[in-house]
Formats: sequence, structure tokens, C-alpha cells
Amino acid sequence: MITQLMPAMVEVADKEVHSPEFATLYVNQAIDFKPGQFVMVWIPGVDEKPYTISHHNPDRFGITVEAKGVFSKKAVSLGPGDKIGIRGPFGNGFNMGSDHKQVAVVAGGCGMAPLAPLVEAFQAGNGPDILLIQGARSKSFLLYPDRFTGNVEICTDDGSKGYKGFVTDILVKKIKALSAAGSPDFDMVYACGPEIMMAKVFDICEAHGIPCQVSLERYMRCGFGVCGACVCGHAVVCMDGPVFGSKALRTMADFNTRALLKTGKPVPLDEYASWRCQ
Amino acid sequence: MQTTFLGKTLHTPLVLASGVLGNNKAILERVWENGCGLPTMKSIGPAPREGHKNPTVIDLGNGMINAVGLPSPGYLNMEDEWQELSGRAFPVNASIYGGSVDEFVRVAGFVAAQGPDFIELNISCPNSDKHGMLFGVNAQSSHDVVAAVKKVIDVPLIAKLTPAAPDIAGIAKACEDAGADAICAINTAGPGMIIDIESRCPVLAFKTGGLSGPMIKPIAVRCVYDIFRSVSIPIIGLGGISTGKDAIEIIMAGATLVGIGTAVRYRGINVFDKVNKEINDWLTAHDTTMEEIRGAAHREVL
Ligand SMILES: Cc1cc2nc3c(=O)[nH]c(=O)nc-3n(C[C@H](O)[C@H](O)[C@H](O)COP(=O)(O)O)c2cc1C
Ligand code: FES
Repeated sequence: MITQLMPAMVEVADKEVHSPEFATLYVNQAIDFKPGQFVMVWIPGVDEKPYTISHHNPDRFGITVEAKGVFSKKAVSLGPGDKIGIRGPFGNGFNMGSDHKQVAVVAGGCGMAPLAPLVEAFQAGNGPDILLIQGARSKSFLLYPDRFTGNVEICTDDGSKGYKGFVTDILVKKIKALSAAGSPDFDMVYACGPEIMMAKVFDICEAHGIPCQVSLERYMRCGFGVCGACVCGHAVVCMDGPVFGSKALRTMADFNTRALLKTGKPVPLDEYASWRCQ
Repeated sequence: MQTTFLGKTLHTPLVLASGVLGNNKAILERVWENGCGLPTMKSIGPAPREGHKNPTVIDLGNGMINAVGLPSPGYLNMEDEWQELSGRAFPVNASIYGGSVDEFVRVAGFVAAQGPDFIELNISCPNSDKHGMLFGVNAQSSHDVVAAVKKVIDVPLIAKLTPAAPDIAGIAKACEDAGADAICAINTAGPGMIIDIESRCPVLAFKTGGLSGPMIKPIAVRCVYDIFRSVSIPIIGLGGISTGKDAIEIIMAGATLVGIGTAVRYRGINVFDKVNKEINDWLTAHDTTMEEIRGAAHREVL
């Protein structure tokens, strides 16, 4: 059984290769889960890292890995029958509310991974109308291109698919269109992607008086609010988050400015990002 | 429940254990606002150090095992933190470590000048081959490092000890003789090991790690009890304290202040407010005071 205690060794049941960069590993185990939560994934002898759950069924879940560092390259090379250690799930997950009529979900790059199960959870219930805005560097970095139909807006930085530009351009356009039509605003905007994108989403939402929730990423060790590796201002990302709402973001000192390196040293986000991509 | 400790006024007798959350000013302040009288910073080292690879911290349910491995930006690379802390409204205990007496002296001298309220010498960390515990298991080296640091700082000095010492009371006495102003006990116990039997692999990347939380409380209580008999300086008692009753127990063993680390995981950051209230409720129900119960377990029972 997967718990927050010792890692449980489980078999990779399937692997789905999305592109040279992305693969999803599936595990045939039940896990008690809320969209936006994450698990710690251990490859013995290699490392242990947090991954959001990107696919979820009552008896199966998946994590999507982008091959960029030593750990993630090893992870995407795993296949059926290989074993990985899992502990979790950790973190708060998205607050889905109870009476949203209309929400926007804004995903940048691999930020789609935690948002996809959120969209599915909304669709499974008697959920709100969803506008999904998905963007990436280029076409091959768009995660799960065929997973959702309906009200989906695609954009890429290089114009290789959809609108050429940013998810935030589309969000502004849609918010303005609603108000021009005299329709009610989005009840909530959910976002995950590069922090600068989420900060932009937050600013746009603040300017229009719309509440939002974003999912932050920081270097993690324990995953449960003890070691302090993941602190962002006064917030403990693994425990208070990773999802934070507008109210918390307003007073979160390091949001969109700083993150701690493995040594604990706070550095500007671009320096942190280049370390994380090694 | 205001307390005076080495001349400083603390709003509660509870201390945040070093290495738990204390990575920036905002979180130290948050812990203080939640009822912690004295937040301790993560141990500061002589050079930048990343710590060990993950897994580094595993929750075993009745406590944790960790080998975080003393990550630190290094004492010379913390300008921003000191700058932010200089305007603080709360007291701070700066924990430091080194790999030699010289390194301890260098780090302590520099850190003392940044204005912490206390300096805690971590001579007790089990998670590095070169740092920490080597000092704290030997009375002579404990004496040497405390005496050398004491010469270069005028901030009150706390020596943090390891239960791995064969005679922790003797180590405490050596620290007191060398000029330590207080003792903090205990650091994590063990070290221990957990092995995943499917992969046949130790779970921690460092293989061994220190134990903390409820499972080590009896060791902490015994250590504080022994230390109380051998020194006259105050003791910060910690190791598995999660409730007001746990705090009362370690105070009866001889602690003046009570530290909390792992229980932040089990009861949340407001564990400090909760434990303060539980201590108060217990004292009220028993019509007694902190002063009256301190060291009470040492009094002869008729
Ligand atoms: C994740 C973790 C990191 C720690 N890091 C340090 C450290 O850097 N310096 C130190 O003196 N003690 C460190 N400790 C030890 C604690 O300060 C404390 O002495 C010990 O955990 C016992 O208290 P507790 O049971 O309340 O956690 C650490 C403990 C944990 C669990
Ligand atoms: S990862 Fe340890 S506190 Fe968040």
C-alpha cells in the first residue's frame, strides 16, 4: 500500500511515450488522491524527486516525466516490470470549490500534468464549464494533445501549433470577451507552468478581480513540511501548497522572485531554473 | 508564558529545533508568531554544501529518520538573510558547524557579528563524516571547541549534544567548564538505518540517518536528566516532544526551555501554540508553576 511513510516499491505497469521529451509511467495501484497533489518517486541508487500525479483512476495512476536531468532520464528509460518507490500523496491539491459555473485552466509546458486530472475531475462531476488554455514552446512540447476536446485554446511560442504567443494573451482576450458580452467572469482561474507565467496570470486575475490558484515548484527533500528545503517566503510549498490561492500569493515574499538552491541559498528564479534544468 | 533565558526575554519557553523549517526569515517569523519563543536557524557551515542526495528524510510514523547532511550556503554567502534578519522583531538562535576547531571559530566569529541572540554549536550531527558528532562524543574535543569559540564571541553560547556520546553528562560538564552558557540536548539519535526489502537497498541515499520524534523521547528525557545532575547552566531539552505532557516530562528531568522539531510534521506549525496551551492547562490543573516542576524528578520521593 502506498502511504506517506516508507516508500512502497511498485511495478511500472505501462509506459506511454508522448515525445522524445515526455513519457508517462503508469502504476496499477489505488492511491487516495486530489488533483494537484504529488508523490515522491524513488529510484534506488539514483535519487528521489517529487512528481505530480498526471493520470488517475480508482485502481491506477500515472506520473509524467520530462527527460532533462540524471533522474528524469533514468525515469523515462524505465519500462513495464521495473520497480520504483512511491510515498505520498503530499500537498494540498487544488480547491475545486462547490458551485463554480465557469472556470479557466491555464497550462504552460509540463504545467499541464497537474491540471489534466483537475479538468477530468471537473468533467466527471457535474462540474463548471471549462476553458482550457494550453501553451508550450513548440508543438512537440504540448502535453497530451488529444486528451481534451471542447473549449480548448492552443498556443505555442514559435507558432508551430495554434496561436503564436502566450497563454496569458489568450486569457486576457477571453476575460475581456466575457465582460464585453455582459457575461459573468470566470469563478476561478487555475494555472500551472513557468513561475513567470503564473505570476502574470495572478496579475491579470487581480486586475480583473478574479480569484486564481497556481501550483508552485521548489526543490524538495521531505515532502511533508519539516526540512525547510522548499520554503517560499513564509510558505512551505510541500505542505501549505503546492497550490496557493490569490490571498496567499499577495503576501508571499519570494513568489516569482526567489527560490532556494540545494544549499539553502536564495537566488533569483532564472538562476534557480537553470540549476534545475541541469 | 514569558520566560527569561540567559538574559533575554522569550514570549514562550518553546524553541524551534535547528534544521527544521528554519531556512529563511519569513518562516522563522511565522514559527515565532505561532508560539515559538526562540526560533533556531538551520545549521550554518564553513563552506557551501549541498547536503546528501534524496531520499534524505523518511517519516516512520512514530518519528523520522533523516540524513539531510548539513546543507548550507556557507557562512560567507548569507548577506541577504542577515540583512533581512537585522530588522526582526523576534529572537534568533544561530546554529553553526565546522570540521575543525578553526572552522568553528571562523564561522562563530563571523556569525556572532551578524547579530543573532544566541549561537548554538552543533557538535552533534550524525550525518556527515567530517562535521559535528566527532566533537560531541569526546569530552576533550567538546571542551576544546567550546573554549576556542567562547574566546571570539560575546553572544551567549549553547552547546548542542548528541545522545551517541557514551557519557553525555560528562560532555555537558566539559562544555560548561569551557564556558558554554547553556546545553541543548538532544540532536538526533542513532544513527539508524532502514532497508527496503524489495530492492534490498538502504532507503536513505547516505544509508544511515539520525532518528527523531516520539520514538526517541525516552532517550532525550534520560539525557536531560543526566545532564541536569552534572551542570548548573540551563538546558534546552528536546527530542520527541509533541505535547504539553511531553514538555512537562522533560522539564521535570531538568529542562529550562523545550525544543520541538519533528512534531511540526505531526501537529502542524501551530504545534507551539498547542503545546504552550497544554503546558498551561496542566500547570493550572495541578496548581503549580514551571519553576516548581523544573528538575522535580530529581527530588527524593518519600
Ligand atoms: C530533517 C531534520 C534536520 C535536522 N537538521 C539539524 C541541523 O542542521 N542542526 C542541528 O543541530 N540539528 C538538526 N536536526 C536535529 C533537531 O534539531 C533535533 O535535535 C532532533 O530532531 C530531535 O528533536 P525532535 O524529536 O523534536 O525532532 C535535524 C532534525 C531533522 C528531523
Ligand atoms: S520538502 Fe521538506 S519542508 Fe518541504
